[in-house]
Amino acid sequence: MDFGLSEEQQQLKDSARALLTHECPTTEVRKVMASDGYPRALYEQVAKLGWNGLIVPEQFGGAGLGMLEMAMLLEEGGYAAMPGPFLFSSAIATGALKLVRSSEPTGKWLKAIAEGKAIGTVAINDRTGSIDPRDLTTIATKNGEALRINGVKSNVPYAEIADFIVVVARDLSSPELWLGVVEKNAPGVTIKPRKNLDLTRRIASVELEGASAVRLPGEGLYAKLVDIGALAIAADSLGGMERALEMAVEYSKVREQFGKPIGSFQALKHAAAEIVSELEPARSLLWYAAYAFDAGLPDASRYIAMAKARLCDIYARGSDRAVLMHGGIGFTWEHDMHIWFKRARFNESYFGSPAFHRERVAALGGY
Amino acid sequence: MDLNFTSEEEAFRQKVRAFLEENVPRSGLSDTREGREDKEWLGRAKAWQRKLNEAGYVALAWPKEYGGQAMDPVRQSIVNDEMVRARAPYLIGGSGLGMLGPTLISWGTEEQKKRYLPKILTAEEIWCQGYSEPGSGSDLASLKTRAEIVGDEFIVNGQKVWTSGAQHADMMFCLVRTDPEAPKHRGISYILIAMHTPGITVRPLVQMTGDRGFNEVFFDNVHVPRKNLVAKLNEGWIVANATLFHERNMLGSASGSEQRFHRLLALAKTIERGGQPLTKDPVFRQRLVELEIKVQAMRLHALRQLTDQIRGKHPGIESMVNKLVGTELNHDLATAAMEAMGDDSMLAREDEKALDRGYWPYEWMFSLGLVIGGGTSHIQKNIIAERGLKMPKSR
Repeated sequence: MDFGLSEEQQQLKDSARALLTHECPTTEVRKVMASDGYPRALYEQVAKLGWNGLIVPEQFGGAGLGMLEMAMLLEEGGYAAMPGPFLFSSAIATGALKLVRSSEPTGKWLKAIAEGKAIGTVAINDRTGSIDPRDLTTIATKNGEALRINGVKSNVPYAEIADFIVVVARDLSSPELWLGVVEKNAPGVTIKPRKNLDLTRRIASVELEGASAVRLPGEGLYAKLVDIGALAIAADSLGGMERALEMAVEYSKVREQFGKPIGSFQALKHAAAEIVSELEPARSLLWYAAYAFDAGLPDASRYIAMAKARLCDIYARGSDRAVLMHGGIGFTWEHDMHIWFKRARFNESYFGSPAFHRERVAALGGY
Repeated sequence: MDLNFTSEEEAFRQKVRAFLEENVPRSGLSDTREGREDKEWLGRAKAWQRKLNEAGYVALAWPKEYGGQAMDPVRQSIVNDEMVRARAPYLIGGSGLGMLGPTLISWGTEEQKKRYLPKILTAEEIWCQGYSEPGSGSDLASLKTRAEIVGDEFIVNGQKVWTSGAQHADMMFCLVRTDPEAPKHRGISYILIAMHTPGITVRPLVQMTGDRGFNEVFFDNVHVPRKNLVAKLNEGWIVANATLFHERNMLGSASGSEQRFHRLLALAKTIERGGQPLTKDPVFRQRLVELEIKVQAMRLHALRQLTDQIRGKHPGIESMVNKLVGTELNHDLATAAMEAMGDDSMLAREDEKALDRGYWPYEWMFSLGLVIGGGTSHIQKNIIAERGLKMPKSR
């Protein structure tokens, strides 16, 4: 029985913290927010450290590690509000490609990701803002050997700079959703950038009009994609909440009112303590969810759904309270709090709401 | 990370399970926490702990020289889990086992350890905790019970309150003021008092459950040998906090919550609302999941802390949340059950029509007591903020 991080995992996390503290301070985050949301210099650095290929199998040039190790990086990315496609490409899209056992058709993309030469993303939602399979309407049809996809995908992260998109679609012959890889420059793909709240991430609509796709072979891939995405977002949320809390607590030690630091007032202490008391057990939950996923345990999906629901709830509510603890300054553009406040909202809604994942927990638990 | 137990640990678990199946008393000591009154009940409760101790399943991690087995904390955690699973009765010597024992192991003299620890294990001596006073609840360090040193004795005068189990305790670990001139935290000593000493009066208080579980204890010129001092004179506050740490972990223990959740889920499946089981009601279903997520998070959180303990890591902020979260969660579980029962929740546990053998009305009240005892949730939040987050003290 050993339920703690290994030395290597802790080192990975510590080195990520050190790198991002130095290379991704909020001054840098703000520059990226004002441009295209993609810090290329930072991404060159993390590529050298092997982050891109962390979970890519060794045969394709990656480090062959699991989602628990990836969670360490994502947590630190969340802590730093790291902008750019890392989470969507190196965790989610890569995780989706890894679901396929053979090297066709995924090997070339996995290799390119590990080398830092390609960026991937995933396209799920159609028009409803939901990832519930019943709400997904994009259609795939077979035309000879070629597959053609028709539909409009909403809120696809970094579609503009992605080299390939993992698209969720259905054919009309079965209820099974399947995953197809669409290349960026394929005919029939139109990308329309959206204006979003969280400027540390960029999103776009992807219109598919008879776009050709390669299907990922395998059963039940959509449910596994949901696991991967939910786990990645949960890890980012853990780190983001840690940071927002830290900022609020540090501010409460220096800001004075009524002649005292405001952190000496119980109203603020209790607000901060409530966040800690939710976050620390949720960290344990996330560790287990990632461990169970990597080990292929039968309860992995259920625990991932728990972690996603819980951590996104905590982050959304906790970052809201962290803004409040700052008072007026927390409401300004100038102060950094809104960066995490908005990321929390993105995380809460992306890859399924807490209520959606709680329903999964109930259904998988036979309630 | 590896959540599997070794084959030796699994074998140990099977042995414990078999023992409990064979030996857990099925009548007379209920799995619901009842009022503990008569001598006969007390005898049965002590006999149960004695039996468990003889089998080697009490305080496994304690050092061998004091009757323990110096086993790693994993074995203790296996026993705890199996006790919950078997719905084994609570141990009558819980205060000694969970609070005083670990404190004495760290702070007691060799003589004190040899004298007291073995009798805690065998339930020969039952302990109670003399902390709160009428004027000193959350502000425990303001306590006034006075102990004057006369020769080689303390002469104790004053009053304690909310003293659980004092009605059948043999001994009390007690906080007394030994230097009234010093700042409040620096004039307190931690002493051990035999409850049969002349001058002690125990008066029962009736709890909101109707039970006589806790008491007022009065001290009128009570003579206590000076050798019953734990740690140094006037340095009792540090020792008191060590005991409180153990108490809070005990009260916030996750091992009972999972079983309580399953009991709630089973209850909800039997209750019909609008022609379907309550578990299918979309609102109540979400609520059940929210509770289960918290229960599972605390179960895993306990395993993480167990791992830290094995690795010899000093407990940090992650352990400060146990009492707050664990006791609030248990109360939330019981509250959800009360709401699930609709107006049947008006029935007291004694009523024959009370659902689930009347478990929930009692549990609902009892669990609120534990949100208060050992430092209320408000005090826990102050501790997390001040000691954990280093926010400035308000006092």
